[in-house]
Amino acid sequence: MTIASSSPPSRLPTGGAAEAPSRTRTRQGVAGEDRGDGRLAALFIAPALLGFLVFLLWPTLRGIYLSFTSFNLLTPAEWVGLDNYVRMVNDPIFWDSLWVTVEYVAINIGVQTVAALAMAVLLQRLTQSAMLRGIVLTPYLMSNVVAGLVWLWILDTQLGIGNEIISGLGADRIPFLADETWAIPTIALINVWRHVGYTALLLFAGLQAIPGDMYEAARVDGASEWRMFWRITMPLLRPVLAVVLIMTVIGSFQVFDTVAVTTAGGPANATNVLQYYIYGSAFGRFQFGYASAMSVALLVVLSAITVLQYRLTRAGRTDLG
Amino acid sequence: MAAVTTTTTLRPVRRRFPFGRAAAWTVMGLIVLITMLPFYWILRTALSTNAGLSADPTNPLPVDLTTSGFERALGLQSSEEAIAQGGAGGGLDFWRYLLNSVLVSTLITGCQIFFSAMAAYAFSRLRWRGRDKVFGLFLAGMMVPTIFTLLPNFVLIKQLHLVDTLLGIALPSLFMTPFAVFFLRQFFMNIPKEVEEAALLDGAGKIKIFFRVVLPMASTPVITLAVLTYITSWNDYFWPLMVSYSDSSRVLTVALAVFRAQTPATGVDWSGLMAATLIAALPMLVLFACFARRIVSSIGFTGIK
Repeated sequence: MTIASSSPPSRLPTGGAAEAPSRTRTRQGVAGEDRGDGRLAALFIAPALLGFLVFLLWPTLRGIYLSFTSFNLLTPAEWVGLDNYVRMVNDPIFWDSLWVTVEYVAINIGVQTVAALAMAVLLQRLTQSAMLRGIVLTPYLMSNVVAGLVWLWILDTQLGIGNEIISGLGADRIPFLADETWAIPTIALINVWRHVGYTALLLFAGLQAIPGDMYEAARVDGASEWRMFWRITMPLLRPVLAVVLIMTVIGSFQVFDTVAVTTAGGPANATNVLQYYIYGSAFGRFQFGYASAMSVALLVVLSAITVLQYRLTRAGRTDLG
Repeated sequence: MAAVTTTTTLRPVRRRFPFGRAAAWTVMGLIVLITMLPFYWILRTALSTNAGLSADPTNPLPVDLTTSGFERALGLQSSEEAIAQGGAGGGLDFWRYLLNSVLVSTLITGCQIFFSAMAAYAFSRLRWRGRDKVFGLFLAGMMVPTIFTLLPNFVLIKQLHLVDTLLGIALPSLFMTPFAVFFLRQFFMNIPKEVEEAALLDGAGKIKIFFRVVLPMASTPVITLAVLTYITSWNDYFWPLMVSYSDSSRVLTVALAVFRAQTPATGVDWSGLMAATLIAALPMLVLFACFARRIVSSIGFTGIK
């Protein structure tokens, strides 16, 4: 859907020329159009282009360059070739944090996608209430920091209401964020709480594009809601679902905030996600070169996932019309 | 996962008692409950005393109703008083962080939307050589995850001696995001050519058309994008964490993490922390309440961020 709009609208070039003879006062405008609006365009594009070059293109190239240096912020960058990458491949903590990140993404995206899909279908088939849509979007307005702190309090082992309820039911208290096995699933679910409503609304928008009479026809034929979901909703929603999946997976891999405020990578590196390790390498140990190399690795992983997912889900094709 | 299995039982309404519908509504109710309860719990905790919270952790109402949590967060209490009530006495001043957050978010939103709109206008309504190539470059920029540019951008901000300033926090997002340009261009392209020609007939220049025709006609997407940008910059944590070191440039998200890290020996100051959390969250809730209908209905394909 991003690609479709890169060609200019077809009406633009023809319109002016055809109407030019009848209107004298448009002559200037039309003539200007033929010459193009070069100078004016340069003026209009200048601030955005400056921002693009200085704060997006240049840092991207520089990030790649820094990954081949031993830059430490204090002394000038020194070219070290592939040293950082060799070190990375032999660094057990790197592989560990990559694994922890993958585990986080799997739980986060798995639960979030299924829950968001269910919510979107409920919002579509049960009620079209705009207020309910507003309510499910509310957690998305909170920062990750706020979401992290609230759940840190609710799940607190001693005083949190979550654990009070668990112990009230007669079970043992669970140290959700202080236990090596529980910490990653807990953080993954906290972020599901924050993002699921937004994801559901994106899917809901996709559902709105499916013609209602398809459901009517299926109902007349006696199809159940379950059957309609698999035979109508899923096939027609697939392109939207694919795009949403790509966006959420990329976002999920960049998890940092929630980890930083709830567990700070602990206990015993159990939540040391890649982005947190990169941050620690750069700002804790001032190894900017090494941190850049790991960032490049993450960039490569994300690009590969995007391409793979796009292929697997045949994102560009739709069954509709 | 309960949500998924219940959709299976949805049945046409006519037959007997609509179990499917009832179950589906139950699930919807549960979703609303899980969504909203944490907000109530913030308020309930913020209005309790720390002593009360430990003594009566399950009370659904505030324990020993008080505003001392807010006083601590806003720096209105003396250190001794704060420590006596379970605070850290670190002298955090959330008024200041609130002001910093407002300044940074307003600066980013104002400039970014205006500059992005200008670029979108050039990409959609002006004719110039290389237009599609430059736009293609912007689109490619969307593929670079923001997080990848953070480290090199920090190095740049440091070289510009803007570390620990509000301008340093705002600068990288001040000029544009590829998404904003792409988003606005979509809407600008849909404005009929005839409207523009009518304005040209009246002797308006292309600059005037931008301000008097294009921007007003696209006011709904512009406002939606502005609100979303404001929320995004308000909630940003990673970048301000890198750039800001002291009170002078500390924004709310970073301040909350500092508050949390200043845990006194007696245990976390939950009452003060939740009061501070509410101070950080409330402005966005109010902002959303004002524009909710518009935002909710405009999140769609173009809303993917």
